[in-house]
Amino acid sequence: MRIALSVKNITKKFGDFPAVNNVSFDVEDGKFFSILGPSGCGKTTLLRMMAGFYEPTSGSIEIRGQDMIGVEPNRRPVNLIFQHLALFTMMDVKENIAFGLKRKGERGKKVYKKVEAMLERVGLSGYADYKIQQLSGGQQQRVAIARCLVLDPSVLLLDEPLGALDLKLREHMKIELKQLQHQVGTTFVYVTHDQSEAMVMSDYVAVMNKGQFEQIDTPQNLYYHPSCSFVAQFVGENNKFVGTLKKESSGNFSVVLENGKTLQTGMISSLAPGERIELFVRPEAIFINQKQEKSTNLLYGEVKEVLFEGGNRRLLVVVEGSSQEVIVALPKNKVYDMIKVRDSIKIGWDPAESVCFKETGVKTYVEL
Amino acid sequence: MLNSKRSKIRWSFFVFFIPVFLWLMFLFVLPNLELLRMSFMGSRFLGERGFTLGNYTSFFLEPIYWLTFVRTIGFSLLVTFIVLLIALPVAFYITKVTKLKLKGLLMTLIMVPFWVSEVVRVYGLILLLRESGVINRILLAFGLWEKPIEMLYNDASMVLGLVYTTLLFMLVPIIGVMDSLDDALIEAAYDLGAKKVVIWWKIIVPHSVPGIMSGCIVVFMLVIGNFITPALMGGKYSSWFTQIIYNDFIAHMNWNRGAAFGFLLLIISSLVIWAGMKITGQKISTVVK
Repeated sequence: MRIALSVKNITKKFGDFPAVNNVSFDVEDGKFFSILGPSGCGKTTLLRMMAGFYEPTSGSIEIRGQDMIGVEPNRRPVNLIFQHLALFTMMDVKENIAFGLKRKGERGKKVYKKVEAMLERVGLSGYADYKIQQLSGGQQQRVAIARCLVLDPSVLLLDEPLGALDLKLREHMKIELKQLQHQVGTTFVYVTHDQSEAMVMSDYVAVMNKGQFEQIDTPQNLYYHPSCSFVAQFVGENNKFVGTLKKESSGNFSVVLENGKTLQTGMISSLAPGERIELFVRPEAIFINQKQEKSTNLLYGEVKEVLFEGGNRRLLVVVEGSSQEVIVALPKNKVYDMIKVRDSIKIGWDPAESVCFKETGVKTYVEL
Repeated sequence: MLNSKRSKIRWSFFVFFIPVFLWLMFLFVLPNLELLRMSFMGSRFLGERGFTLGNYTSFFLEPIYWLTFVRTIGFSLLVTFIVLLIALPVAFYITKVTKLKLKGLLMTLIMVPFWVSEVVRVYGLILLLRESGVINRILLAFGLWEKPIEMLYNDASMVLGLVYTTLLFMLVPIIGVMDSLDDALIEAAYDLGAKKVVIWWKIIVPHSVPGIMSGCIVVFMLVIGNFITPALMGGKYSSWFTQIIYNDFIAHMNWNRGAAFGFLLLIISSLVIWAGMKITGQKISTVVK
């Protein structure tokens, strides 16, 4: 596979503050690559460096093997879709899409043939003469995409373009964008703070925090095999237990919680006994009221809340003898319908389903 | 209940409407109607009394009148154009290039000269430009030329004065519209391959057209109806149409012809503005906003 975009050791400092700190990654041709991170993590700065609006303090950016440092945005083979789209309201739809072609020096009927073909591709044929203000949010989105794709860029950069849409449309556009990328085969680099967008659309996701990449992986691996505490917390929902690592006489490791309770652990990586660690377990990995098996961690608690969300129902359980809250996903069938608030409940999980990392105290403020 | 609410609304409407109505009626409509009537009456000293079109026909029959008028319109358009050319980059710099703090300071610097009257500002320019003025003295001191040069009392100095006294009225509306231009639009154009000239011509100017038009109308009207600046800074050949009206009223005591010329000025300058808006495809409602 050819490498479309190669970023090496890139750093951008604003004053003394490193917004992007020594980031490196490669994106293969035709892939959908996402950069996922909380607001203020430097992801937009990184994207704007690729587009050419910021010069990096150090490091290199190569697009299809060509060095991009010092190249003006209007001479780079990349195009950017802005957060609020930045459509030219003083022009109609076809002039918006023809804008880039005309800047390349293309003239006459050829331009509008390409525009018409592009409009058809994004499902907007017949809208050529519409004003931007006459279009709905989703249609404007498509015009913004068409305006860039018509130039056949080596890499298309997208800066949270779905952020301004309402939920239903966003869900729809997610799928549409993914399909469009698949059809045209252009390399997409997509920046977002919404992990569901990144997971659904991407081939690869880079999780970014405080100016650095924490992990670059497929969505599946990010979810099931997070490489650090931040990724475990940021990608998907997770329950966190904090405790001290202990080596059992059997050779297995366990975690002693603050309330004295011991939890068996699954995989541990480069951790020593006595260290403060964080143990994560996914809500859907937790069983309810099961008979004890040998290898299962068991906790007793009280149901604090039943969270109903249509297809997804979850319990908020307070563990006995502590203020620890655990979120438990309920199976889709109605077996557990009888569970009510204040019920006493027994929860448990297979230690192999949990992951441990050294305690970092990192917090992510992501919507549940 | 409903009735009392409705009558309340009607009362508040009249409270605000009556002062406006009285103001316009007594200070604008009635005096102008009287002037309009006078413009169709013969003068006491010359020609027949009673209804006549003579005041208006004399404008077209005497070349000095309409030539001065054409000159006035020509220079007004020129001044408006120069003011626009200066205001566009200045407004862009203030709205898009400077930081927020500096923006307030720059706006104040633009406003400050307008806190004193036009006469004072024009005399300020005269102090700079006249034969024994600041510029001549400095240049003489540096030996750049031997004899002082008279820079005043010609068309160029008059245009300079008019540009200086009206610049603010172009800047304010253009700064207003440029402020509302999303920076991302400029970046998007840049990203799509546009050069700076294209960004100006295709993005910034079209977006600013409403502000440009309202600025141009205000400046054009101010310039064409200006009296003091052409009188103080123009030469003896730089006569302005308002001076002719002034002379009719004050020197010749011919209020009837003065009134007729006043209406001609109003009608023709309105026509110029109307033509300008037709050409640029603007509507009065968007421009006034």
